Amino acid sequence: MRIHDMGGRFGDGTVMRDSDGTPVFAQDWHARALAVTLATGSLGQWNLDTSRHARERLSPRDYSRFSYYEKWISALADLLAETGVLTRAELAAGHADGPAPAALTDRKLTADAVASTLKRGGPTTRQGPAPRFKPGDTVCLMRARHTSVPGGHTRLPGYMSGATGTVIRCHGAHVFPDANAHGLGEDPQYLYTVTVKARDLWLAPEHPEDEVALDAFEPYLKAT
Amino acid sequence: MRHSTSMPHDHHDHDHDHAHALLPPDPALRVRALETILTEKGLIDPAALDAIIDTYAHKVGPQEGARVVARAWADPDFRTALLNNADAVLDGMGLTGRQGEHVVVVENTPQRHNMVVCTLCSCYPWTLLGIPPAWYKSDAYRARAVREPRAVLAEFGLTLPAEQAVRVWDSTAEVRYLILPMRPEGTEGWSAEQLLPLVTRDSMVGTGLPLSARDA
Repeated sequence: MRIHDMGGRFGDGTVMRDSDGTPVFAQDWHARALAVTLATGSLGQWNLDTSRHARERLSPRDYSRFSYYEKWISALADLLAETGVLTRAELAAGHADGPAPAALTDRKLTADAVASTLKRGGPTTRQGPAPRFKPGDTVCLMRARHTSVPGGHTRLPGYMSGATGTVIRCHGAHVFPDANAHGLGEDPQYLYTVTVKARDLWLAPEHPEDEVALDAFEPYLKAT
Repeated sequence: MRHSTSMPHDHHDHDHDHAHALLPPDPALRVRALETILTEKGLIDPAALDAIIDTYAHKVGPQEGARVVARAWADPDFRTALLNNADAVLDGMGLTGRQGEHVVVVENTPQRHNMVVCTLCSCYPWTLLGIPPAWYKSDAYRARAVREPRAVLAEFGLTLPAEQAVRVWDSTAEVRYLILPMRPEGTEGWSAEQLLPLVTRDSMVGTGLPLSARDA
């Protein structure tokens, strides 16, 4: 399992709320980190699932001690080096050895394309095979074992491992992140919302009728 | 596909293997170094970065979601359409886009209170609420919201009646959720414009309630 999979964990203490009027970006570098990350996504060298996995596979020590945007820029540096966009020597020097090839610079996000790029986003709905489940079905969630690659990317949180719940919605077929993060293609899978009662998840639930609703891809589910 | 870097034999799970360790330890300097190298290589346009920052610092924020909620309170047909097919409605309002490609709106009722978390990262409907606040991204919220939502809500000053069950939406996939709070009492006949100031960001995440009529 990975350090980011923290749902249900004990020991984190009080949630520290922000006060009214807190700026969106507490530090200028937070804004720059977000903008550099979004802009480099346009280079097309990775997808959203790859970049999420890059954050998840920061070492547990780094993941815990890094602030939110530190995770972003550290994972971005790792991705840039791993895809060969930048060299480790350039990262160490803090300067470029030379310009990037035209195939990459041609993809640079320009200021006039920002609005349309953000507006377009990255829709994930795809044509898929017929769904196996429908609202009302009782299903069991698989063990959270990462369906494609050991230590790989998955959207199935560990705390849901093995739980039994009820399908309440079907969202159509979407790109399957567990495959897409690892260069294994989009492999579209149906996405459902499954509700699980708190009493079936926790030793001491707060209320007998409370529940968690999880968005779960079809490979995470089996019929009961 | 070019994602050979993430194949199983190639996981860099040790600190010293990570390229980011080559950058300065100070995060502000780390960002500046990346920005410098990428600009020198011709891969990013500083003006594009400014445009992205301006978008999320000044243009997109909870006021968008509030507009949707206020209209749903005032217009029953709009409310029905929103709950049935939010994507179509939001697209018509120009409110779809990055981190808001697929949206579902869920309504609070006297029997059920909804709240949203992403335990695996920080998924949030950017097109409707902007960039998530620090607490939404915090370990404490991500870890605790699914296990003890009522304790977390109490820290936000919200205590729910026993007859109201909590449904916590762990939005770890590609659907982003917006909560439609219950319309405040004493606002019968109010227009969407009058209702708008009552909609708070936290009420649309489920960690708060709208303001009351006397706060308008």
